Formats: sequence, C-alpha cells, structure tokens
Amino acid sequence: MTLALIPLLPLLGAFIPCLFQNRHLNAASAGLIAGFSLTLLLLQASFVFTGDLPVYTRNWIPAIGLTFSFRVSGFGFLFALLVLGIGMLIIFYARYYIAKEDPMGRFYTYLLLFMGSMLGIVLSENLILLMVFWELTSISSFLLIGFWRHRADARQGAFMALVVTGGGGFAMLAGFLLLGHIAGSFELTDILAAKQIVQAHPLYPLTLILILAGAFTKSAQFPFQFWLPHAMAAPTPVSAFLHSATMVKAGVFLLALMVPVLGGTAWWFYTVSLTGLVTLMFAAYMALFKDDLKALLAYSTVSHLGLITLLLGIGTPMAVVAAVFHIFNHAAFKAGLFMLAGIIDHETGTRDIRILSGLKKSMPVTAVMTLIGCGGMAGVPLFNGFLSKEMFLAETLGPGLTGVMAWIVPLGAVLSAVFAVAYSIRMLVGVFWGHPAQDLPRSPHDPPAGMILSPGFLMAVCVLVGIFPSFFAGPLVHAGAEAILGPDMPHVHLAVWHGFNMALLLSMIALAGGVLFFGQRQHLFDAHEWCLRYLDGKALFESLVSGLIQAGARIIRFLENGSLQRYLFWLISATLVLGGLPFAVSRTPLLGPLPLTPLDPVTLVMGLILIIGAMATVKTHRNRILAIIMLSTVGLVVALAFTRFSAPDLALTQISVEVVTIILLMMALHLLPFTTPKESSKTRKWRDGFLSVLAGGGAAALAMAILTRPYDTISDFFLAESVPGGGGTNVVNVILVDFRGFDTMGEITVLAIAGLIVYALLHGYERKAPATDEMGRPWTKDRFPMILVYITRPLLPLALLFSAYIFLRGHNDPGGGFIAGLITATVLTLQYIASGIVWTRPRLHYDNHIIMALGLILALGTGLTSWALNYPFLTSTYEYVRLPLIGKFEIASAMAFDLGVFLVVVGSVMLMLIKLGAINSQDARTVSLSARAEEHMENNFLNETSSEKEIH
Amino acid sequence: MEWLVSACFGIMIACGVYLVLRARTFPVILGLTLMGYAVNLFLFLTGRLHTNLPAIISENQARYTDPLPQGLVLTAIVIGFAMIAFVVVLSLKALGELDTDHVDGKQEAPPS
Repeated sequence: MTLALIPLLPLLGAFIPCLFQNRHLNAASAGLIAGFSLTLLLLQASFVFTGDLPVYTRNWIPAIGLTFSFRVSGFGFLFALLVLGIGMLIIFYARYYIAKEDPMGRFYTYLLLFMGSMLGIVLSENLILLMVFWELTSISSFLLIGFWRHRADARQGAFMALVVTGGGGFAMLAGFLLLGHIAGSFELTDILAAKQIVQAHPLYPLTLILILAGAFTKSAQFPFQFWLPHAMAAPTPVSAFLHSATMVKAGVFLLALMVPVLGGTAWWFYTVSLTGLVTLMFAAYMALFKDDLKALLAYSTVSHLGLITLLLGIGTPMAVVAAVFHIFNHAAFKAGLFMLAGIIDHETGTRDIRILSGLKKSMPVTAVMTLIGCGGMAGVPLFNGFLSKEMFLAETLGPGLTGVMAWIVPLGAVLSAVFAVAYSIRMLVGVFWGHPAQDLPRSPHDPPAGMILSPGFLMAVCVLVGIFPSFFAGPLVHAGAEAILGPDMPHVHLAVWHGFNMALLLSMIALAGGVLFFGQRQHLFDAHEWCLRYLDGKALFESLVSGLIQAGARIIRFLENGSLQRYLFWLISATLVLGGLPFAVSRTPLLGPLPLTPLDPVTLVMGLILIIGAMATVKTHRNRILAIIMLSTVGLVVALAFTRFSAPDLALTQISVEVVTIILLMMALHLLPFTTPKESSKTRKWRDGFLSVLAGGGAAALAMAILTRPYDTISDFFLAESVPGGGGTNVVNVILVDFRGFDTMGEITVLAIAGLIVYALLHGYERKAPATDEMGRPWTKDRFPMILVYITRPLLPLALLFSAYIFLRGHNDPGGGFIAGLITATVLTLQYIASGIVWTRPRLHYDNHIIMALGLILALGTGLTSWALNYPFLTSTYEYVRLPLIGKFEIASAMAFDLGVFLVVVGSVMLMLIKLGAINSQDARTVSLSARAEEHMENNFLNETSSEKEIH
Repeated sequence: MEWLVSACFGIMIACGVYLVLRARTFPVILGLTLMGYAVNLFLFLTGRLHTNLPAIISENQARYTDPLPQGLVLTAIVIGFAMIAFVVVLSLKALGELDTDHVDGKQEAPPS
C-alpha cells in the first residue's frame, strides 16, 4: 500500500494547498505532501538497490485487464526520485517566484496534480493504469501551461500542448491495447517477458508505430517538436519542471521502458534513431538563434531529448546506460538553468539576450551558477553533462551502427555538439559578460537567498556528479539501467578520465568548434537570416495551414451550411445506406425460423388506430394543436401495446410520460406559433416522403427479421435470482434498482442534468404569449375553470397516496420509483394547470433542486453504504419484518435507492415544467379570478379570527 | 401479429422521419417524439412478443417474458421525455433570440 501512496498522496492531497489563504502555508503544505511521498519512495530504496522489484496489486476492473498495481523498478525509482526531488525544489523556488497577484494555492494544486500523475506513469505496473496517468499529465500540464489564463499566448500554448500530446496519447492507447492483446496481459512484468511473441506478431509494426507516436509527441520529437517552445508561456517554475523531470521526460521514459520488449528490431532501430538524430540536430541548430533565454533552453531541451531518443534507438547496452545517465544529468542542469533564467527575468525584467549584457558584476552568484549549468549543457569536462555526452559520442562510433548510419550518426552528433557548445556560450557570455546593460527595466541584483537555493542545490549536484560520478550517480544509474537491460547489463564504471580515445577527441572537436562558431556567430546569423528569407519555414507552414483551412472551409460550406434540414438529410441518407447494405448483401432470408403468432381482432384494431394516429400527425402537422392530439393517440396505443405484450411496468411508465409530454408540448405551443406555414416545395416533399418510406420500410423489415429469429438471453439469470437475490418478484424493478442499479444511477443523473440544463437555459428568459389566437379571438377570461380547480384539490392527497402505493409495491408488482415519480409529478402539475402558478407556487413551496439533489445523494448513499460494508457498490439486501395489523412485509435496501429514483424524477420533471410555465411573465403574474377571490376570502377570514381573538 | 407490430413500428419511423425533415421547430419536435416512441417500442421488441407472461415471479407461471429489454426501455422512456423537454426549450430559446421558429434560424421567403 505504501507503494500506491507514493503517486496517490500528491494526487489526493492536491486540493490541500488551495485551502489556505496564506502564501507560506500554500507552499509549506505542498512541500509537506511531496516530502511525505519522497519519504515513502526512499523507504523502497533498500529493495531497489538489491535488485528487488516491489509490486503492489489490487484488482480494479479485471474484465478488461485493468489492475491497480504499482511497481518500483530501478528505473522507476530513479525517475520518481527526479520527479519528487526536483519537484520539491520547484515548490520552494515557486514560493518566491509566483507574484502576489497570482493565486498561489491554485498553482500548487496543479503542480501536485502534475507531480502525482507523473509519479503514476513511472511507477505503474499496469499499462492501462499507466495510460490513465499519462492522460492526467496531459491535462494537468494544460492547466499549468495555461496558468496565466489572462494571457493569450499561455492559452494557445496550453491548447497546443494538450492537442499534440493528447492526440499522441490516443495513438498510444491503441498501441497499448494491441500490445496487451498480443502479450495476453496488461501487466508490465508479463509484457516485458514477451519479447519473442510480440516481435513475431504480424501487428508488431503497427503497435510499435502507435506507441512511438505517443512517446514522440510527449517528448517533443521531430516533427512534433513545435509544441514545446510554446509551452514556455508557462510560469518559469513550471517550465523548469516540465523540461527536466516530467512531461517531456515521460516520452523518453516510455521509450526506455519499451526497449526490452519492442527494441532490437530494424523497425525500432531506424524509426527511433533517425527521429532522435533529426530532432537532435534540428533543435540544436534552432536553439542557436533564439534570443529569448527560455526559448533557447526550450530548443536545447528538444535537442537533448533527441539525443536520448537516439541512444535508445541504437539500443546497445552501453547506449541504454548512457541514455539513463543523460536523463539524470539533463534533468539536473536543465531544471537549474530554467530557474536561473527565471531569476534573471525576475530581477532584470527581461529575458532577451540582445538586451541583457554584463550582469556578472551585479549578479555574481547567478553568474557562477549559470556558468555551471551551461558547462553541463555544453558538455565541458568536470561538469555532469560531459560524462554522459562522452558516452553518447562513444556509442555513435560503437558497433551498434553499421553502413551509412555509421557515418551519418557520428557526424550529426558532433555537429549538434558544436551547436550545443555555441548556444551555451551565447547564453552565458551574452548575459553576463560585456558592458553592463543600461536600459534594463529593473536594476539587477542577486535574488533573495530562498530563490537561489533551489538552482544552487542542482548546480552542486552537477559539479559533484561531474567530478565524482561513480560515487554520486553510480548506484542510481546502475539500478536504473539494470532494470531495463536485465541480464544484458554491462559492467559500467562511471569515471571522468577514460584515457585518450576517439570519444574524447570528438568532445574536444565539439568544444573547439563551438567556441569557433560562437566567435563567428555574426556570419552564421547573417547566413541564417538569408536562409530564412528564401527558405522561410514559418511562412511555408503558414501558407500550408491557410491553404488547408480554405479548402476545409469550402468543404464545410458545402456540408455544413447551417441548415438542420440538410444535416438531417445527410444523416438519414447515410443511415439508410449503412442500414440497407446488409439487407442487399445478405443471402439469408428476411424471416427467421420462429413461427408467427396469430393475430387477434382487438390488437388489429389497436394497431390500425396507431397507424392512423401516426399518419394523422403528419397530415395535420400544420395545425399544431390537432397534431398534438393525434400524437397522443400514438403514445397511448404504444402504452397499450406494452400491456398487450406482457410489459405492465412499461405501460405504466409510458402512460404517465405520455401525460407529461403532452402537457409539455401544449405549454410550448402556447409560446410558439400555432400553425406551420406551407413552405416546402413539391420536390422537397416528394424527396422527404421517399426518404421516410425507405426508412420506415427498412425499420419494419429489421423488426420482422428480429421478431422471427430465436436468440439467447442473459435474462434467465435475472429471472432465477430475482427472488432469492433481490428479494422482489417484479423482475423489471429488481433489474432497475438492484442488478443494473449502476445503470439506473447513471440514468437518473442524466435526468437531473437535463433538468438543470432546462432550468439554466430558461433562466431569465421571458416571452409574452400572443394575446389572441391566430384568428384574432382573445383567450377566455376564465383561465382557471372552477370545476377543474375544485376537482384537482381533493385529488392531490388521493393521488399522492396512490403513488405511494405504486412506489411501495414496486418491488413485487408493477410500479416503482420511476412510475410513482411520474404520477406524483403529474398530479402536482395538475395543480399548477388548474389553479395557476401564482396560486400554487407559494402553497407547494419547496425547491426542486434540493429534491433532485436529495434523490441523487440517497441513491449514491445506498451504493456507498454497501461499499463501506465491504460489498461491491450498490449491493442490496432485504429483510422480512412483521408488524402488527399490517402483517409481514419486506424492507429492501434497494427501496432506499428506489426512493432516490423517485425524488430525482419528481424533482427534475417539476423543475422543467414549472420553469417552462413561468416563461410567460403575464401568466405568472395574472391570478385567476377565482383564486384571487378565494385568497381575498381567506385573508378576510384570517383577519376576522385574529381580530376576534384580540377582542376576547 | 409480428407483421402488424413491425408495420406499426415502420410507419411510426416513416412519419417521424418525414416530420423531422420539416422546416419549423414544432414539427421537428413532433417527429422526434414519434421516433422516440418507435425506438422504445423497437427496443422492447428485441425481447420478442409474449402474451400474458409478465416478468413477475409467481407459482402459477412457468415461463416469463424477457425482462431485460423492459428494464432498459423503462429508463429510456423517462430519459426520452427529458430529451424532448430539452429540445422544446432549445426551440423556445431560438424563437426568443432569432424571432423565428425556422429550424435554420432564418426566415425563408415563402415559395411563390
């Protein structure tokens, strides 16, 4: 369980920082949660370093292979350590960075969410669970990148990141499903052992491409690199986290994770290594020309990720070790550099290299730290980046590469190393050397100690690892790489000095070349300008995009012209084609083997009434009131059909829904025009008639084909278990409240949401009904007929009693929450119709929102109670009780659930109808004569009695 | 019997389709309601036609109709109502904001 708590603590505790107003408490609570998580992780260290693999498993949805299981491999441990370690430094740093005006609590909430999701990725044992966390990082990074939501670039950057990584995640989910299908399990332990099966499978290439699509989009590999520089719109602490230990590293984490099962093939080698190489070179080149410090660092990140990808693509054991080591090193120096860039921005007011200059006098501490960070980034000896970069260069010359690749890769590697040196020098020298800048927005000085502490710690790590690699990073890197390589793990000794070899030579060439490039950068910039002028990638991209948009717009104008009639025409036609194809292709006869049941005269008459009713609805649809009446006959016959064919519950439901539907339509008609003008052309009518005949014919044929065929049903279980398991003889009701209670719960939720939407749409909406009908005759003055008023009032308690009866018997006889709810809603509505909203509302004064909410809470509470008692969600139980007078009767816990259903139905139906009735403000204010007179009398009576009392 | 029920279903669908293709909101609502009835009936039919075999467990009855489609349709009927209410409100709102009940929100010139 402690294992599962490592990612769950930040996720579940994410809301805590939001609770405080105090900025210190915000940061402290976030730091505390991350600290707890880190402690739990460190408890696992003893297992990890002895090569153990702690696993925690709990079933979640076994049917789809989803378990709630976590593991701590050496590699996962390394990553989790980075996430939590750098995360805590960032929590500390952000306390000073985030401005007073910004909501600090919200920031830490997002950060913890992000941290927890990332921990989930690196510690998941189940692939689907991993996918869940993967998507969570996409969402939480969206929130973080768009943290300054008032800024358009932040919103766009967040959106772009979400679209690209979310799209890649979608592909990856498909890849995971294939992989799990091939390997026969979604547990990583099983999958990692299934290399032969997976790679021999014909679906292997597709699986690989899909999974790579997810990993490449996440870690911003070419051609998906474009989202990462735009994600700089995030606050700098976020960028530091995003670029070092999380998000983009999730992509390379997944690549490394998949090496043992997907790696080692030609497919893997060429796709991964070439993508890595192109990204490495392209991004290193681009970084050189960026004037914004964060943009420079962003492109540098892309380039370093390309380097790691290339190493994993080469896939030799030493390359994997180098990749793991570089993941660690890059996280350290890049997080630090981003924080330093944030400090420079914070203290001077700008991040533009062209404006910044000569800051080493005024910000000496920052300058020293940047020197260390840039040393790591460029790969200068005695800084950590040098070690892994040298291992990388050695691998490009190693036996893993043959043929053309043996030339291209080392060449590209050295060239990009030259660029890396050049842009690192540019960042360092451009900002800190030269004449002190005069026109800075703020006068620069070193930041407060709290702000410099976090990058300081990271820079110390860079130097220590750079000088004593085997002591400070050796065990971690060893455990991490061994988790990937298993028995192939080579003997590695991390050391600064390996003797003079080719890799060292290449490193030296890169350093010298970088210095040279930096010296000659003016020529290079000119050349770049020249290239841009003639080979403007951005303009090309934009013209391509605008061309696509225009072509798209043309297609959309044709298909989506804003006409519902056209959409429905396409929709129905497409349905007809898709529905008709099987009929046309199939060779089996339309009718199945079941014998037809005999027709009796009553059913025939009912059927004819339904047919006439439906056709009359069409015929009279221009006279709208008449059409409603015709439609209601159809609804009633459908209710009768349910009775006729052994569905009493459905008949009761249908008939009560029928009543409220017709009331609803009448209410709507009061505000809508009463007639439909003639405006369809002859051809249009023929076309629609033709379509509807086809649709009707197809539907009838389908119904015939189904009705004459036998089938297997799962209902035997329900019929057999209804009494012993559910304690009710009405199987339909037991299905609703017990067997499929979870479905019902979803359905009443939908009902409640629909009620709320109707309420929200009509809020503040007023419309006057016309004063006369379409013939110009005024409405009758007697709006609330006396007879109706006096029949409905005594009817109310009787009808309520009846619906209570229907509700109580529902478990054993036709009835139940849905039907009782509808009956109650009908009689309540009847009061409104008879006496008007003004009279009824104060007398039935309760809030339908609350009724609905109570219903949902009750239904949910029933489910949770059984859960709390260690039964599955919504398990029901029942007991027979004997009471004097009433006799033996049954109490089922499902009845509480059914009561919830009842309340939701009453609440939402009443909410909709009352809101609709209140639209016509005139109606709402006019009080019927009778009601007014009566009120008057009541008041008089009250006054009299009170005055009498006073007298006595 | 099967022929009659299928015919009823087909005709309800046909009338519903014709109505939803009309140009004003109210016939579209009528059509949707009609199609809602039809689809509920159809779902119910997947349990086949049974006479006098309600799914209420009793000692006098050996066979029962299939209760599962009924359970599904029962909630579908209620949700169908909620959907119709929603469409009605949309049409009212459209009428209020666009001042026409044409489904495309614009007045079409009547055909000459």
